[in-house]
Amino acid sequence: MSTDPILTVSDLTVTFPDNNGGLRALDEVSFEVRSQEFICVLGPSGSGKTTLLRVLAGLFPPTAGEVNFGDHQQPRHGMVFQQSNLMPWRTVLENIRLPLELTGAADAESRARALIDQVGLTGFENNWPRDLSGGMAQRVSIARALIHDPDLLLLDEPFGALDALTRERMWMELSRIWQARQKTVVMVTHSINESLFLADRVLVLSARPGHIKLDLEVDLPRPRVDDIRYTPPFGQLARKLKAAIE
Amino acid sequence: MTKPSLTKRIRSLRPWLGLASLLAGLLLWQFAAQTGNLPSFILPTPVDVWSRFVRAAADGSLFLHMGVTLAEILSGLLAGVAAATCLGYLVAKSRLLENLLAPYLVASQAVPLVAIAPLLVIWFGPGMFSKILICALIVFFPVLVNTVVGVRAVPPALYDLMGSLRATRTQILFKLEVPAALPIFLGGLRIGATLSVIGAVVGEFVGADQGLGFLINVGRGQYDTSLVFVAIFALVVMALALYGVVAWFEKRLLIWQNTVDSHL
Repeated sequence: MSTDPILTVSDLTVTFPDNNGGLRALDEVSFEVRSQEFICVLGPSGSGKTTLLRVLAGLFPPTAGEVNFGDHQQPRHGMVFQQSNLMPWRTVLENIRLPLELTGAADAESRARALIDQVGLTGFENNWPRDLSGGMAQRVSIARALIHDPDLLLLDEPFGALDALTRERMWMELSRIWQARQKTVVMVTHSINESLFLADRVLVLSARPGHIKLDLEVDLPRPRVDDIRYTPPFGQLARKLKAAIE
Repeated sequence: MTKPSLTKRIRSLRPWLGLASLLAGLLLWQFAAQTGNLPSFILPTPVDVWSRFVRAAADGSLFLHMGVTLAEILSGLLAGVAAATCLGYLVAKSRLLENLLAPYLVASQAVPLVAIAPLLVIWFGPGMFSKILICALIVFFPVLVNTVVGVRAVPPALYDLMGSLRATRTQILFKLEVPAALPIFLGGLRIGATLSVIGAVVGEFVGADQGLGFLINVGRGQYDTSLVFVAIFALVVMALALYGVVAWFEKRLLIWQNTVDSHL
């Protein structure tokens, strides 16, 4: 794993305008992300997690501070949202193909089909989103975020709307895909288990205004399997995170 | 055993039910006109109307007038929809424009078109142009409103998606806004298509020397009530065909929705 940071966030502050002087969502947040690292941002609701991700995605300008990418230009990124956010008028295949349509790649079709196999949706290429379960829709959304081979994958509580069993199955899928595709990932979550299961590092944000309360290295062995949650090291890390959140 | 097969048989007959009730209606009409002993200029029988239709069709006059009205309807519909869609999109995007135009839009709805149709005929003459304008005006409002509602109903999360993919304005328009607004827009178009027929006839009533509205006026003036019926039926057929075309497009374009399976 390379140690060069591909993303440096320094003193990032975001203030939303309101009637009494502005609502501060993020307060001087600084951290670095190394290439191919899996980072989870953990925090209570309203701690500015999603705002942080939106700033990283370039959807929202920072009020102060800087976001720098390794080669000083906005990287290509793929984003997965809380809701699968599929276009209902596009089939599974067409939804996954969308990012390539925007950039005009020639092999969109074959790349979309390859990804459909990778996320386990073979046979559903021509289904409409209305026919998909929550877990399937979120797989489509992940495939869509990967198709243009982005440098950075931004995940905004992607499994928050799924039931517990599906969510845990998706953790396995995601860590398999992450290892296969060698991506840098920043994922927002409010689940301690989820962050420990997936991340190399967990950043804990405080309640509003969000600032980084804890930057925890997760040195659990990979590949992580279901049983890892019942091991003592997992428990110790979980306790640390829990203490930091409260 | 018998019960499911019976319901199945009824279901297989369903497409014919409409036709059967239509036939029954015609028979009832024929019966009423004959037993009521009414003169043909008050209530002609279906047979009278049919023979009048054959006469009007044979001398070509019916199709000439139908063609004129259809041309007015289609031109007016096209112009009205084009203007309403463009303006609707701008209004959806700009509250300022909405506030500026609101009084005109509300006023245009408050004044019945029948009341300003004479004015338009005075200004633009009894030719086709004034009818096209009336059609366009009557189509304009529902299409505009549905365009505004449709564009405003585009989920903000999908704008985020397009933003995160660095989509251009044009890409956002064609890959997101147009398909997302289409269901509501087509609802407006369906209303507009029906209204455009009314617009053309209103215009022709006020002043014209061609068209089905003119034909109705002629029939009334000459106590040729059968001709009035022929013209009305021609209008109904045209309105249904127009509606059918829009509904067909709706079905084709909105295949991803499962709610378009209604016949109305």
